[in-house]
Amino acid sequence: MNAIEIRNVGKSYGKIRALSGISLDVEEGEIFGLIGPDGAGKTTLFRILTTLLLADEGEASVMGFDVKKDYESIRKIIGYMPGRFSLYQDLSVEENLEFFATVFGTTVKENYGVIKDIYSQIEPFKDRRAGALSGGMKQKLALSCALVHKPSVLFLDEPTTGVDAVSRKDFWNMLSRIKASGVTVFVSTPYMDEASLCDRVALMMHGRTIDEGTPAQIVAKYPYRLLSVKGKPMYPLLKYLRGSEGVLNCFSFGSVHHLAIDGSRTDAGKILSGISEAGFTDCEVHEIDPGIEDCFMNLAGQSADNGKFMSDDGKRD
Amino acid sequence: MKEFLAFVRKEFQHILRDKRTMLIVLILPVVQMILFGFAVRTEIENARVDIVGDLSDPEVRKIVDRIDNNRYLEVAEVLPSPNCITSRFEKNKADVAVCFGMDFGTHLRKEGRGSVKIIGDGSDPNSAQMIVNYVMGVLRSEQTEISSSLSGQDAVQTAPSVQLMYNPAMKSAYNFVPGVMGLIMMVICSMMTSVSIVREKESGTMELLLVSPVKPLWIIVSKVLPYLFVSTVNFATILLLSRYVMGVPMRGSLLLLSVVAVLFVFTSLSLGLLISVVASTQKSALLLSGMGLMMPTVLLSGIIFPCENMPGILQCLSHLIPAKWFIIMVKKIMIQGAGFPYIIKEFCILAGMTAFLLTLSVKKFRIRL
Repeated sequence: MNAIEIRNVGKSYGKIRALSGISLDVEEGEIFGLIGPDGAGKTTLFRILTTLLLADEGEASVMGFDVKKDYESIRKIIGYMPGRFSLYQDLSVEENLEFFATVFGTTVKENYGVIKDIYSQIEPFKDRRAGALSGGMKQKLALSCALVHKPSVLFLDEPTTGVDAVSRKDFWNMLSRIKASGVTVFVSTPYMDEASLCDRVALMMHGRTIDEGTPAQIVAKYPYRLLSVKGKPMYPLLKYLRGSEGVLNCFSFGSVHHLAIDGSRTDAGKILSGISEAGFTDCEVHEIDPGIEDCFMNLAGQSADNGKFMSDDGKRD
Repeated sequence: MKEFLAFVRKEFQHILRDKRTMLIVLILPVVQMILFGFAVRTEIENARVDIVGDLSDPEVRKIVDRIDNNRYLEVAEVLPSPNCITSRFEKNKADVAVCFGMDFGTHLRKEGRGSVKIIGDGSDPNSAQMIVNYVMGVLRSEQTEISSSLSGQDAVQTAPSVQLMYNPAMKSAYNFVPGVMGLIMMVICSMMTSVSIVREKESGTMELLLVSPVKPLWIIVSKVLPYLFVSTVNFATILLLSRYVMGVPMRGSLLLLSVVAVLFVFTSLSLGLLISVVASTQKSALLLSGMGLMMPTVLLSGIIFPCENMPGILQCLSHLIPAKWFIIMVKKIMIQGAGFPYIIKEFCILAGMTAFLLTLSVKKFRIRL
């Protein structure tokens, strides 16, 4: 049995189509990542699976329970951490944890083993009000609260948004330990680099899944050769590259541009000499292996071409 | 059950830790009570009376002394001519003027008729009317005496002696206390419950609560219970204040009054729940309970304007205001000392409203987002 089964789920808010035709299977005991930019429909899908929203069409089940009919059974076996920090700011760390433990019919003592790993890090601050915690600590507390009743499936909606890089890494380490204890983890994130930390991922955009599989499978499907191009000034370089011979697409990735090329028409050397002649300085060009983000940008571009609109230069953050 | 207790405890912690909530819950009733009880009074005290007339006339002096001795009136100044009255009113130095005719005493003794003119300051019609009535009362009692001394026997006339039962001194506190009690309980209960529920919606914790196995009904009950307790405290405060500070009597049964109050608290709580279902932000909840409940309650429940004087449509509307029925009951119990049989109609109406609102709000309370 799959931990989560989603069949053709669709949902609209008025005229806005938030989800359409989503079908996914999440196996028991895996970390499944839902990757996509803001507004892709991740939170809506989470709310449908956690029985907070009803889908307009399609069916979904969690541990075999239908999200509509058996919502009460689902609410007993899932843990949920919403995207926004939503614990009681005026209660202390300990009070929050005790409260959620009691609400889920258990005690902190009984399940201390489950949360010990995470909770022990914030336990020194247990008398502090939750509102006065730092972002990383809030996140750990929220995770403790979501885990305290030993859920079978853990839903984490953008748990790492707004958290610093070290804490993010910490967090993913915790997730793999949680997974090792047999909990299925369904997590969403807008950060493409976190995709490789999941067992399987689905890429989402505009309410649709555009690809799914293990991170390796998705990367393997990338059809082009990829170059990393560096040079100054950045923005004119991007424009120049987009107009170059043999360039299929070009996106900015922080301090470099990623360039998909048609290998029969151009290569790293031609690009390098091209941009040097055009007057850009500090130029470097390497051939690189594609990442999930490259795949996402490529797929997003395709689906947008098939669909109705194209976002501008695909810049992120 | 343990889940439920945890909820209730958490709710109390919210109330106790938020200074603003504590302030609203505990101080506001006292402030409102004192404001309405003392500041917003309709009785007239020490109305200033100007006299125009010949003070050497013994009859005139007798009347002036009487006016001066009246506890509601005091003589301000004796004016030489009626022409000065206008400027005295304009400078707000006098509230009423009494003008005695020429040779007032002589006329009175010989013909039994003296001409007196009372001039009130009509720019404030309500108090002018009352002051004029006070002065008339003084003149009338003087007249009774004179006519009896003239005819040499007891007065053979039918001057009505007016007595206002239950409130002989016409204290406005008798009217305001039940009104303010209704207002405060309605505002505290509905505003606080609706805001506390909507706050959870806003902060996202409602999402977590809904995802938990706790039944939504228990969430509601646990939200309502602490405010029920708070309202009881308020009720006691108001009652003590009204009894010992405002001097409003408590003629009926305290138990009956408490039962009525609890019923009304439930009405207000269910209204609060209903608001929390409709509103999605704390601001709109505040606005809805503030404007949507407080204004109609103040204006239509008879606290300030008697319902009987309203146009037909507004009278019909006022029947829909729960506070109106509560206030009627409180007046009957506290001031008239009426027992349950006399309030059975109002009680049933309020109970019906409560049942309706409570079922509606519980039904509408969403089990999903």
